[in-house]
Amino acid sequence: MTALLETRGLTARYGDFQALFGVDLVLDEGETIAIIGSNGAGKTTLMRSIAGVLRNPVDGIRFEGRAIGDRPADEIMAMGIAMVPEGRKLFPSLSVEENLQIGAYGRQTGGYWSLETVYELFPVLKERRSNPGTALSGGQQQMVAIGRALMSNPRVLLCDEISLGLAPVIIKDIYKAVPRIRESGASMIVVEQDIGQAMAVADRVYCMMEGRITLTGRPGDLSREAIHDAYFGAQA
Amino acid sequence: MIWVDTILQGILLGGLYALFAAGLSLVFGIMRLVNLAHGDLIVLGAYLILLLVTLTGLSPFVAAAVAMPFMFALGYGLQKFMLNRVLGDDILPPLLVTFGLSVVLQNALLEGFSADSQRIQAGSLSTASIEIAGIGLGVMPLLTFGSALVVIIGLNQLFYRTSLGRAFRATSDDPTTASLMGIKPAGIFAKATGIAMIIVTIAALYLGMRSNFDPSIGPARLIYAFEAVIIGGLGSLWGTLAGGVIIGVAQTVGAAINPEWQILAGHVAFLVVLLLRPRGLFPRAVD
Repeated sequence: MTALLETRGLTARYGDFQALFGVDLVLDEGETIAIIGSNGAGKTTLMRSIAGVLRNPVDGIRFEGRAIGDRPADEIMAMGIAMVPEGRKLFPSLSVEENLQIGAYGRQTGGYWSLETVYELFPVLKERRSNPGTALSGGQQQMVAIGRALMSNPRVLLCDEISLGLAPVIIKDIYKAVPRIRESGASMIVVEQDIGQAMAVADRVYCMMEGRITLTGRPGDLSREAIHDAYFGAQA
Repeated sequence: MIWVDTILQGILLGGLYALFAAGLSLVFGIMRLVNLAHGDLIVLGAYLILLLVTLTGLSPFVAAAVAMPFMFALGYGLQKFMLNRVLGDDILPPLLVTFGLSVVLQNALLEGFSADSQRIQAGSLSTASIEIAGIGLGVMPLLTFGSALVVIIGLNQLFYRTSLGRAFRATSDDPTTASLMGIKPAGIFAKATGIAMIIVTIAALYLGMRSNFDPSIGPARLIYAFEAVIIGGLGSLWGTLAGGVIIGVAQTVGAAINPEWQILAGHVAFLVVLLLRPRGLFPRAVD
């Protein structure tokens, strides 16, 4: 069986600085995987590479068996890989509703997600639909960013640090949406610093350190010690 | 009464400056690009309309409509094949390229049409006037101002009511995140410059019908346009109209006091606004 999304020996660099050293990752249809790791481990770089913000060797990334590593972000999005970027990145000139609408700009395939179903998922957004996106609280902004990515009815949803800077109670609220998103048919890659949260939603976990995958497995099979070592490096 | 008349004439003249400025404002608002060839492109548009009128005998208004798709294509191609290559964090390369384009356009027009001054003949329309409450208003200035209003309203509708307008604003905010929405920033920029060239054609029509023009007058039109944009506040379309009107009123009032002061008064008004409100009257753009 071909994986839905796969990276093979993926490398990435910013000028002289190499951020990824041969990352192998597999996402199967219907699966949710989590990528954990400390700051600077390369998680965001990996997300940006998959989304096409960073260009890669063509063979580095395959989507449904097709090599897509060298495609630009707008084409990747049209294929059905949508990203919730780190820091939310709402458009300040657009209202909440316009921010959602623009999420479907490059891919209008139809499907479960529309303005209505996104408002059903996050009812508070409907009340604030005419506000500028940036006038909302951090948690609500994160909901807009997730809704915006869902509007294109993606096959793969990339979530980069969606709990960053949010209160635990808000994070819980946002993660409540994950089962609905999975039911809609989207496979997910969730980047998290919050290990507990990552373990709770993911079918499989990848741990990254210094641009490499140091550990992978099912949440139930990984011991705290193994994760600790993969996260911080094995203690001598 | 004479003052009311003077100010009204100034407001109507402001419509012409707003037309000069609207395309510049649109392009700056979306991609932070100052097109130094904007004035020369207006002059190019005027020659294109003149050529169509002379060769085919069309009315200038029809000729302008015929010229629009060509000017759109010119703008689209200019952005796609030239300006997109120099857009980036550094603002200097696009300035240099458009400055060079300005020189090239002026010399090409000089070569093609000579330095003789030309005018697009509009027949009786150019002298027609109507009287409202004892004040005689030229039909041509009224048409100009009306066209400026239509352009500004149309651009606002495009920006705030359409999917393309959302893409314009999103790309202006953050091109990288816009590309995650499936937007191709290079294509959006090309469309924006194409639309700016349609407005340039309208500006060219009135420039050519209202006054004489020759290949060298582009840079002065650029100055008026630029002043109108700055007075209004970068990125604000209504502000651009207000900026045009302020320059127009300053010029006619200045000329009423002393005919030598017309141009100077416009520039002084610009400097005063810049002194009091360095970011313009209605700033929208953040940077």
